[in-house]
Amino acid sequence: MTLFLPRLCDAISLLRFENPAERSPGHGSVVLVTITARSVRNTELMRIQNIDERHIQPQYIVMLPTPSTSHVNYDHIYEPAEDSYLLLDTLASSTETKFLEDRFAPATASPLVLEVGTGSGVVLAFVTAHAEIIFGRSDITTIGTDVNFFACEATAETVRVAVTEQARAGKIPGHFVDCINSDLTTALRHGSVDVLIFNPPYVPTEALPEARSNQEALDGSALQAAFERDSHLLALSYAGGAEGMETTDRLLDQLPDVLSKRGVAYVLLCKQNRPEAVLKRVREGPGGWNAKVVGTSGQKAGWERLCILRIWRP
Amino acid sequence: MKLLTLNFLTCARKSCKSSPAAFPLHPKDAELEQVETEMNAVFLRNILPRLEWEAMRSITTELGLPNLPAETPASEDLVEKDGNGDGDGKDDEAAAGPSQIARDLHALLMETCIASGKLVCGNCGHEYAVKEGIANFLLPSHMV
Ligand SMILES: C[S@@+](CC[C@H](N)C(=O)[O-])C[C@H]1O[C@@H](n2cnc3c(N)ncnc32)[C@H](O)[C@@H]1O
Repeated sequence: MTLFLPRLCDAISLLRFENPAERSPGHGSVVLVTITARSVRNTELMRIQNIDERHIQPQYIVMLPTPSTSHVNYDHIYEPAEDSYLLLDTLASSTETKFLEDRFAPATASPLVLEVGTGSGVVLAFVTAHAEIIFGRSDITTIGTDVNFFACEATAETVRVAVTEQARAGKIPGHFVDCINSDLTTALRHGSVDVLIFNPPYVPTEALPEARSNQEALDGSALQAAFERDSHLLALSYAGGAEGMETTDRLLDQLPDVLSKRGVAYVLLCKQNRPEAVLKRVREGPGGWNAKVVGTSGQKAGWERLCILRIWRP
Repeated sequence: MKLLTLNFLTCARKSCKSSPAAFPLHPKDAELEQVETEMNAVFLRNILPRLEWEAMRSITTELGLPNLPAETPASEDLVEKDGNGDGDGKDDEAAAGPSQIARDLHALLMETCIASGKLVCGNCGHEYAVKEGIANFLLPSHMV
């Protein structure tokens, strides 16, 4: 994306996004901002940031802080991990911000962004708080769903904190409405979602954890019952069944119904999910949908190589 | 949950998805609360074309809230008419600030929340519970 900064103070306020103390390696999201020659003298910028000149021209790197999740109880809610951060980095990458800005041009109807399976809420909070950078507009509506009631509660709080933080810094955040305790997109009106984001339970497992109604999940004051409930909820957050695809397959089947005419989905997969097969399936399915890998991680050797697919209507 | 959310939700049952009666869901025994949030004029203007106006009207009526106007307001209705009068809409907007309609709409969509109660499907009659502001749309397996 390109931001034209008319004044030095704009550049400085952008730089406030960067807070190195808050991020550990891989935990920040990089945004490339082109700073025009007129907007600021390089020397001033360097003095402010004390950074290498190479990083200033033609593009300058801005860090978007990762939302705080310090209030989240990881006993029964998925803790943000490499997959979560890959989503953040991908959504803030210059190719994706450009794609989203073009697709959802300002002054068109407010796009509805749905995150399925919000967990701690770290991804939805990031997208809501940094709507201006990611979509080039802050008038977006965001909504979440999760099968885990505690995750819904945590998400609302994570978004609230991130949005308040943005507002305090003088930025206009997007508009979060609610996190619905539901299965995938089943509660949403057909054709209503413009951008869908899903970091699914993707680990191959023998079977999916059995579905339980909330009452069963929330009953149980005894320690043993609480422990069982928590392990069930954590299993729901990672266990993907056969090839790790049982839940993702159901989500992919819902896309044509739930996505709007300008709809686009970001879905995270791991290597065992056979991303090439998913790409092929989407591209060769009815409707001539597009699919592309727009983010990867896992350069370090390990079984969890991750990628993010962008799937969109032609 | 915010009233705006109801603009995007239907009954979760597959068999109800294509039924017009499954939208909007009808609030029942709803306990409302008002949660203040920052108003954003651009957001209001661009959410307007997304609103199912008839549906939102019927919800406010069912909740006993002040009636919405019969028609979706035009975007110029969202700004105070007596701006700086130079006919340049942009300055007017900045100078004049939001109209009463805009403020009402913001209060209704973004600040009025269902703290607890039920949401009832007009097609199958299923009731979804709202507790602590969170709506539960999980269905027992025999109803999916
Ligand atoms: C891998 S975690 C991702 C959490 C968070 N989005 C992140 O990136 O850190 C998967 C999440 O999906 C939720 N989930 C699992 N199955 C689901 C379903 N059928 N519908 C909605 N959410 C689901 C889990 O409860 C969990 O919070």
